[in-house]
Amino acid sequence: MSLLEVKNLHVGVDNHEILKGIDLKVNAGEVHSIMGPNGSGKSTLAQVLARRETYDVTSGEVSYNGKDLLAMKPEDAACEGVFMAFQYPVEIPGISNAYFLRSALNAIRKYRGLDEIDAMDFLPLFREKLKLLDMDEKLMNRSVNEGFSGGEKKRNEILQMAVLEPRLAILDETDSGLDIDALKIVAQGVDAMRNPERAIVVVTHYQRLLNYIVPDFVHVLVDGRIVRSGGPELALELEDKGYGSMEGEARHATPA
Amino acid sequence: MVTATQHLESYVEGFSEFEKLATGHALPWLRKLRRDAFASFCEVGFPTTHDEDWRFTNVSVIAQTPFQLARNGRARLSQKELEPYQVAGIASQLVFVNGRFVRELSLLGKLPDGVKVSSLAAETSSNPGAIELHLGRYLDGRDAFCALNTAFAEDGAYVHIRRGTLVEEPICLLFVSTGDDAPSMSHPRNLIVAEENSQATFVEDYVSLDGGAAFCNTVTELVAGDHTVLSHYMIEREHKQAFNISTLRIQQGRSANVVSHSVLLGGALVRNNVHPVLAGEGGECLINGLFIGNGHQHLDNYMLVEHASPRCGSRQFYNGILDGHAHGVFHGRIIVHEDAQKTDAKQTNRNLLLSDDAQIDTKPQLEIYADDVKCTHGATIGQIEGDALFYLRSRGIDEVSARKFLLFAFASECLDRMKHGPVRRYVEGLINHCLHQMANSAPGAPTENRREDTGRNWGEIG
Repeated sequence: MSLLEVKNLHVGVDNHEILKGIDLKVNAGEVHSIMGPNGSGKSTLAQVLARRETYDVTSGEVSYNGKDLLAMKPEDAACEGVFMAFQYPVEIPGISNAYFLRSALNAIRKYRGLDEIDAMDFLPLFREKLKLLDMDEKLMNRSVNEGFSGGEKKRNEILQMAVLEPRLAILDETDSGLDIDALKIVAQGVDAMRNPERAIVVVTHYQRLLNYIVPDFVHVLVDGRIVRSGGPELALELEDKGYGSMEGEARHATPA
Repeated sequence: MVTATQHLESYVEGFSEFEKLATGHALPWLRKLRRDAFASFCEVGFPTTHDEDWRFTNVSVIAQTPFQLARNGRARLSQKELEPYQVAGIASQLVFVNGRFVRELSLLGKLPDGVKVSSLAAETSSNPGAIELHLGRYLDGRDAFCALNTAFAEDGAYVHIRRGTLVEEPICLLFVSTGDDAPSMSHPRNLIVAEENSQATFVEDYVSLDGGAAFCNTVTELVAGDHTVLSHYMIEREHKQAFNISTLRIQQGRSANVVSHSVLLGGALVRNNVHPVLAGEGGECLINGLFIGNGHQHLDNYMLVEHASPRCGSRQFYNGILDGHAHGVFHGRIIVHEDAQKTDAKQTNRNLLLSDDAQIDTKPQLEIYADDVKCTHGATIGQIEGDALFYLRSRGIDEVSARKFLLFAFASECLDRMKHGPVRRYVEGLINHCLHQMANSAPGAPTENRREDTGRNWGEIG
């Protein structure tokens, strides 16, 4: 059984269809990359999997770990092990990074019947992960993402992922806006989390990130449909030829 | 829009009875002060919404209710009943029941030499000269509620701090209204005089023990001598039928640094006036406020900051959270007098509306008569952000908790301006409790009746 199985997923907003029948299987231990031009529906797919409720799922099924993901609230999906790194991490003034993350971790632990972690025990864990992402300890007591640079925000997402240890991690354009040094740090952080129990879905516009997080599979999403799937070499082909070559395929693809 | 049919007759009757027996009735200056104030009240009458300063707050319900002076000041209260209202870790708390000082219920711990904490009535009897020096000297005589308070001024707190005295312990004043069969009113009058170079913190805490229509009309005159450093807290958390009108009049000397914190959580109709006059050069004033309302609460914050001397700074920061049909008002008036060059005044009001029926009126009003000044103001109105809510939930935090997180984060902007210590912990506890109830209020269908937007939604108004 796959960890994640998406079947014929149709999603829209305000009667405008964005995803037009997505099929996707992701097994534990695999890294998949979903690539596509702007507006192809990549972020919509990521957000629907994280259970954002502003989208209308018009048909299709998503099973995660044998359960109906579409029946879950965002917090339940998170507690079941789904994590999305946001393309645009949200600033939350007035809540410290450390407090936020410990609350999240404890919410998840509580859901799983584990004891809560107190501030003293949380500190070493938090420090260790900060180090992994080469982040300043001062960020701990700053408000969540407030006044963070673009790169700091993206690193903060991966920091959260490292602390929460999800089974299914979805990275929504985590590479966009990152300079090459920050990109390497983020990629190393993600790469360090690869293991046989965990699946990672990397949503990206560019191939560059995939030099550092080499995927097992690459899917090309154009106009709400996956038009090609293949190995890592597909990403290189895209880099070479651009999405234009595949947009034609989207037009000719048979609607599911 | 309403010109109230005002029950002034009942006040006339009440006043003539009161002034015959009130403490200090034999002191000519006090008799005159009360009489003049009462005449002034009768002349101006209760304000209406035609009055610019009262445009958003209709007090006709107060004007039309035949309130009687509360007389059961000492009845049936035990210290145990007041325990929940004690700030943990403090040594002195003066308790006033329906406006009257009750020594047996008060906590009179040791305060440093140079601090005198007493009641206005006691001090009027024993040391009237000290009272005469300040009482009523700074108030706006044309304000109906201030005039009414002065007319009925008899008891409240009297605090005197000798020059150079540092009081680390906060001095807490607890005002308890106990309700009555008939609508009752009280007019607590506090006089706080801090001499040159002294430091202290004062807390006024308004609570009610029983239901019933109660009208508390309170005035505090705070005289901040040169180079003083003072903090004042006003906490309103009476029950949801109470009317509370309060005025804090601050007279600031040279280089005096005064902080006023207002936390409005309770009451049906609440008006909180904060009126500092920066009379000495180089004074600084921070006015920090938080108001949280639901149901049909009406919470009005009226600031009048007068810059009367050069090189003074003032800051106003008010955050409001309104749910249900609650109505909030922020009216921030800044007057910069002709001589007050190099004034630096800033005003910010941020509001969070949680329901479609909640309402906020926010009004900045700058009157500048000097030419070298810096004045800024701004106001925002927003909702709980859908993005922020989703962000928290996507990390495993349930919806009610996420909502509470965001409300508390918004409120904490005000808390962060309070100095760490027992009072801040106390206020934090009250706010936490209040927001917890608010976040829980509609757990079943939180998204249906509530406003939520995606994206950035702080609309700049000012």
